[in-house]
Amino acid sequence: MNETYELEVNGVRYPINAAMDRNLLSVLRTEIGLTGTKEGCDDCECGACMVLIDGQPVNSCSYLAAQAQGREVTTVEGILDGDNLHPLQRNLLEEGGVQCGFCTPGMIMSAQALLTRNPSPTEEEIRIGLSGNLCRCTGYQRILAAVERTAAES
Amino acid sequence: MSLTIANSLDEILTSLAAGARPIAGGTDLVVGARQGKAPLPDSLVAIDRVTALSKIETVNGQVRIGAGVTHSRLMNDPMIVERYPGLADAAALIGSPSTRNVGTIGGNVMNGSPAMDTGAPLVTLGAVVELHSVGSTRQVALSDLWTGPGRTSANPDELCVYIIIPHPPARSGSAYVRLEYRRAMEIAVVGAGASVVLAEDGSIVSGRVAMTSVAPTIVELANASDAMVGLSPVEAATVIGAMASDQAVPISDLRGSDRYRRHTIGVMAARALDAAARRAGGEPIGVPVNRSLGIGAAR
Repeated sequence: MNETYELEVNGVRYPINAAMDRNLLSVLRTEIGLTGTKEGCDDCECGACMVLIDGQPVNSCSYLAAQAQGREVTTVEGILDGDNLHPLQRNLLEEGGVQCGFCTPGMIMSAQALLTRNPSPTEEEIRIGLSGNLCRCTGYQRILAAVERTAAES
Repeated sequence: MSLTIANSLDEILTSLAAGARPIAGGTDLVVGARQGKAPLPDSLVAIDRVTALSKIETVNGQVRIGAGVTHSRLMNDPMIVERYPGLADAAALIGSPSTRNVGTIGGNVMNGSPAMDTGAPLVTLGAVVELHSVGSTRQVALSDLWTGPGRTSANPDELCVYIIIPHPPARSGSAYVRLEYRRAMEIAVVGAGASVVLAEDGSIVSGRVAMTSVAPTIVELANASDAMVGLSPVEAATVIGAMASDQAVPISDLRGSDRYRRHTIGVMAARALDAAARRAGGEPIGVPVNRSLGIGAAR
């Protein structure tokens, strides 16, 4: 049975009418229409579904949407600066950290949370910060380089 | 399915009495439902906004850790890292940053997995849980709490509200190590926690060891303290390693065979004891021990 509640995503309040057992990932994608957040494993392993809840990275596949009521949800769509790419997005492109691109939104959300908390992370800290995100294309080195470059530029 | 977002402990307990099940971060419950382990309960009460559950307080020679304290907080809390480094080691190994941000110590303990990481260090630190229901409160030793894989002796209307740990004595240390195949999103192949108290000459006065993923529940190594007393940490590590392999009753599954687990639990128990003793002697070993000492998966 559907219930009605409200979610705040990227600063916008959306009315939701959905069953209470729906996860945040499916509500973001199919109810709100924000498809930047990806469904990879749907099993809390791969990190493609990573969003920020109150600034903290969380796997949206394993978080009930209704539990996000009253909290601030940020998706990859929310980090754009108008029409300009976020520095993490630009550096991932320029460093070759994007190949198929499926892991990229989740990588960006984990990296963004890391850099907000720790603006000058060591390489080891970046590896730990991204340790919940899998990439099958790049071999990770170029993603690390993009995060390091973003930190160095800010 | 219904979900109530509780704002007070009373509200949670009333919901539980009416048949609801608690959900905090959902990292076990929601994933388990999709994997087909158990469907989501018909009635859930979200307990993650009740501030009474998210405190770490020092009272009367004990620390009371709210069941809703996340693994991220545990691994970064200076008092936990200083006094209970074995628990911080375990919290730092769980899942990934996102799992640790929403996953809680209460959820880890009450989920009752024989592979839970916080269980072994909590046993070696002498922790008890405090269970609340409407009109009733009781404390339960961990050895009486876990009754089998995914099972506890708590009643359905009881909520774990605190994990209570006594202050450690002087010249003591603790550690938790885990055999893992990768650095993140991993479940213990086997794991071991240890706590020791050293005499001024560096020999062992007393100690406890507990084991992960080698029995239907987290289990404490029997007769460990007697076997260690008076020995140097190096001598004790050999003895404890052999005892751990002897007492383990592991199963074979996709993470390892019973023979492999029986061998490696001895290695992990010896390393946990070594790290705990070095910390007791004042050596600063960063959290988690796995990363500081290069145990487990290579980078």
